[in-house]
Amino acid sequence: MKLELRGITKKFGAFTANDSIDLTVESGQVHSLLGENGAGKSTLMNVLFGLYEPTAGEILVDGRPVRFSGPGEAMRAGIGMVHQHFMLIPVFTVAENVALGDEHTRAAGILDLESTRRKIREISDEYGFHVDPDALVEDLPVGVQQRVEIIKALVREARVLILDEPTAVLTPQETDELLDIIRRLRDNGTAVVFISHKLREVKAISTVISVLRRGRMVGTADPDADQSELAALMVGRAVGLNTTKSAPQLGEETFSVSDLTVLSPEGVRLVDRVSFGIRQGEILAVAGVQGNGQTELTEAIMGLQKAQGSIRLDGEEILGRTTRQVIRAGVGYVPEDRSTDGLVGSFSVAENLVLNRFDRAPVGNRFQLSPAAIRSLAEQRVTEFDVRTQGVDLPVGTLSGGNQQKVVMARELVDDLKLFIASQPTRGVDVGSIEFLHDRIIRERDSGTPVMIVSTELDEVLDLADRIAVMYHGRIIGIVPGDTSRDDLGLMMAGITPGTEPDTTPDTTPKGATA
Amino acid sequence: MSTTATVPHGPAGPAPAAPTTERPTTDIVRHWTTPIALAVLAAVSLAVFALTASGKSATFRISTDADAIHIPDIVVPTIAAGWTITLLLAALAVWGFLQVRRSGTVSGWVSAVFAALFVAGFLVWVVGAANTTTVFLTGLIAGSVTLAIPLIFGSMAGVLSERAGVVNIAIEGQLLAGAFTAAVTGSVTGSVWAGLVAAVVAGVLVSVLLAVFAIRYLVNQIIVGVVLNVLVAGLTSFLFSTVLSSNSSALNSPPHFPSIRIPFLADIPIIGPILFDQTILGYGMYLIVIALYIGLFHTKWGLRVRAVGEHPKAADTVGINVIRTRYINVLLGGAVAGMGGAFFTLVSSSSFSKEMTAGQGFIALAAVIFGRWNPIGAFFAALLFGFTTNMQYVLAILGTPVPSQFMAMLPYLVTVLVVAGLVGRSRGPAAAGSPYVKE
Ligand SMILES: Nc1ncnc2c1ncn2[C@@H]1O[C@H](COP(=O)(O)OP(=O)(O)OP(=O)(O)O)[C@@H](O)[C@H]1O
Ligand SMILES: [Mg+2]
Repeated sequence: MKLELRGITKKFGAFTANDSIDLTVESGQVHSLLGENGAGKSTLMNVLFGLYEPTAGEILVDGRPVRFSGPGEAMRAGIGMVHQHFMLIPVFTVAENVALGDEHTRAAGILDLESTRRKIREISDEYGFHVDPDALVEDLPVGVQQRVEIIKALVREARVLILDEPTAVLTPQETDELLDIIRRLRDNGTAVVFISHKLREVKAISTVISVLRRGRMVGTADPDADQSELAALMVGRAVGLNTTKSAPQLGEETFSVSDLTVLSPEGVRLVDRVSFGIRQGEILAVAGVQGNGQTELTEAIMGLQKAQGSIRLDGEEILGRTTRQVIRAGVGYVPEDRSTDGLVGSFSVAENLVLNRFDRAPVGNRFQLSPAAIRSLAEQRVTEFDVRTQGVDLPVGTLSGGNQQKVVMARELVDDLKLFIASQPTRGVDVGSIEFLHDRIIRERDSGTPVMIVSTELDEVLDLADRIAVMYHGRIIGIVPGDTSRDDLGLMMAGITPGTEPDTTPDTTPKGATA
Repeated sequence: MSTTATVPHGPAGPAPAAPTTERPTTDIVRHWTTPIALAVLAAVSLAVFALTASGKSATFRISTDADAIHIPDIVVPTIAAGWTITLLLAALAVWGFLQVRRSGTVSGWVSAVFAALFVAGFLVWVVGAANTTTVFLTGLIAGSVTLAIPLIFGSMAGVLSERAGVVNIAIEGQLLAGAFTAAVTGSVTGSVWAGLVAAVVAGVLVSVLLAVFAIRYLVNQIIVGVVLNVLVAGLTSFLFSTVLSSNSSALNSPPHFPSIRIPFLADIPIIGPILFDQTILGYGMYLIVIALYIGLFHTKWGLRVRAVGEHPKAADTVGINVIRTRYINVLLGGAVAGMGGAFFTLVSSSSFSKEMTAGQGFIALAAVIFGRWNPIGAFFAALLFGFTTNMQYVLAILGTPVPSQFMAMLPYLVTVLVVAGLVGRSRGPAAAGSPYVKE
């Protein structure tokens, strides 16, 4: 199958998100799309999948022009898509999700899920998915949910599969497995469109790379090209791919957590007697596979979770304070999921930028807001953080994923912080912006703020951390220096502490290890 | 209210040597609320059922002399029953405390047995204290079903539209519109069937308004529903006072559906009259509940409807027409609620009267929630509400010591307790109430 896009243009009002784009996707190829945040990648894919009507241009399948009025028609034409946000129904089983829209029935419309289950098992065996057709989707880890999405496309015999930032939410192991799956799909003759900001993956998997910049196709690149070459083509300038930072200027330990425990409603110790401290001018990165208590740890610090133990900031106990009081105490907090916890999608960019200080001068007081001050502050922040938006009055939900992330970072990285906590600070952000955001975080550190970064991304942890705490099953199983090798960290993330021999440097004894 | 204690699963003390692969430690979270509530109710039982028992005996009749199968009356001495039940309740409460100490929660059967015993204790106490100490149990239950039928129709309407993601507060209005048009059309044409059809049409018309405003114009669904209720109540009351009351023989004396008694089966004690001595509407109600249950959970249609109610965007991406599904379900709901309305004027009452549905639409909504958006669950919830309403009537006839105002509160009190307390964290269709807008 050959899919061609010819001169696709998509406008939102006066703004052109896609500007006469040509793209050809052929079976047996992995075609990667690279581009900055807001370059128009997701928009183009939504046009291809029938979710958006193109303003101009045409789509050809095997040389015949087609028009999709909805995703149903795109699917019938053999196009499948795994969305950035999964399109699965959490309370349905895997089989029900796969069957939906393409149901097999017996007499009188009675559902025949058995044949769907059989198909799921077949595909599962063929690609090594290990998916139980009767599991509830909400109980599955994201990596498995993504496989369900792929199965959905395969059951419908998709011959073009679009994957929009499929690895943003995956652990390194899950990513490797996904890349293997993509290779197998490619070998079976499926055409794959792959969107990612992680150049290493793009290089590893692509047959062809196309680069979008500000809505236009700026060219193709060879998968053998350097990462820095690809980055430069994307952004239009040279990008430093590795963050450089000076040695930390350590001050006092103003933030400390001791014996912190968070229980689930069922009594599972999600955070189990965790203790650590962060000094002024230091970045502590909390590494670990998703779901080992990192979320609950940060939420407990922010007063969003009930917890036992002690959390001290500048000599004062903050455990038991409300979230508002914690923020007032000078804590900047970037939650891991920007769309549910970080932003109000229907509020404007400007309003979102003052959510944490709307009742303080200059943007407002106890009784009223000052629109002019909000606007000027927002405009200044948008420029400083290079948020790509057509205006600060637009709903933040219309921004591209990476630009939404930048809005959250711009709001939380304010002056006079006593503590900065960021979970997945650069999720979905392009390489150029990662460089910028990492620099900002390091500047925050150098101004003497204790910084805590929670990341499942080893690259990010190694780039930023002065010390690394690894969480496993709710515990911190060790705190190691920032230059620990990837292999050792990988082992620790799997719950294996690096032997009993003492560490080489005496001052890095895991002081947070539970005793 | 909960306390915790650690179970020493993993090794305590210093962090163990490599590798640490054991599961995360689990603590017991103790929920004391349930056993405390049980204890309070046991105390109520002691104070009321045991200490203020009348000393007479309560008689529960099951079959009449005319019945083919005769089951003897059950005679219960109130004092003995009051004390026995109180002791059993106390024992269950203590058991509940022990269970919480051991494992954190009270098991479901303890609460269920407790509730059944408490209701039995109440019945014995209240019947024993009445002027007439005999109650016809079969009649009590049959009457409950009759009172529950419009509730069941209403709750099926609620299930239909909420499962597709549209909150239907307008059930009350749909019932009332159905009752009114059934009465008028039935009277004018002299045909019950014409009345029923008219009621269905009226229910659908109310639904059309709900659907257009909620789905097309994205008006807040709760507000549209409330406005529709007020509109229908005002309109029918106005027409009733201006047109019907002055001309009631021509416009407000509808014919009625006859009961169809199935020989032999209808003579089975307790369940005979409920299942085999109903009008067409009564039998239809059972069919609709069953059809809806099978439809929602075992057919392609149901899978799609539930998907639209949970995650419309996901449904859209697999080619399901969200808007059309919502329209169809809301209109179907209106049709079903219209039938429920017809039950008022073509079966249970002789004619239409002002605001005769008296909030039943809202109780039907409570039944939807209590029944967890499942047709069978809503059916039993509606039966429970019908039962409490009937208790109120029966006890008024028997002459109880409980003030009649309190008895009139009973159905609503049970509704509030059930919806607020017993349902717990019930999760409805995730997208119910939010309109779907395609970019
Ligand atoms: N519904 C919409 N209304 C208005 N503007 C929109 C809408 N959807 C997207 N845009 C704009 O179109 C541009 C392209 O967005 P798109 O989501 O395609 O970017 P992207 O390349 O996928 O970026 P990212 O890597 O951050 O996901 C952005 O500037 C965004 O603000
Ligand atoms: Mg995108």
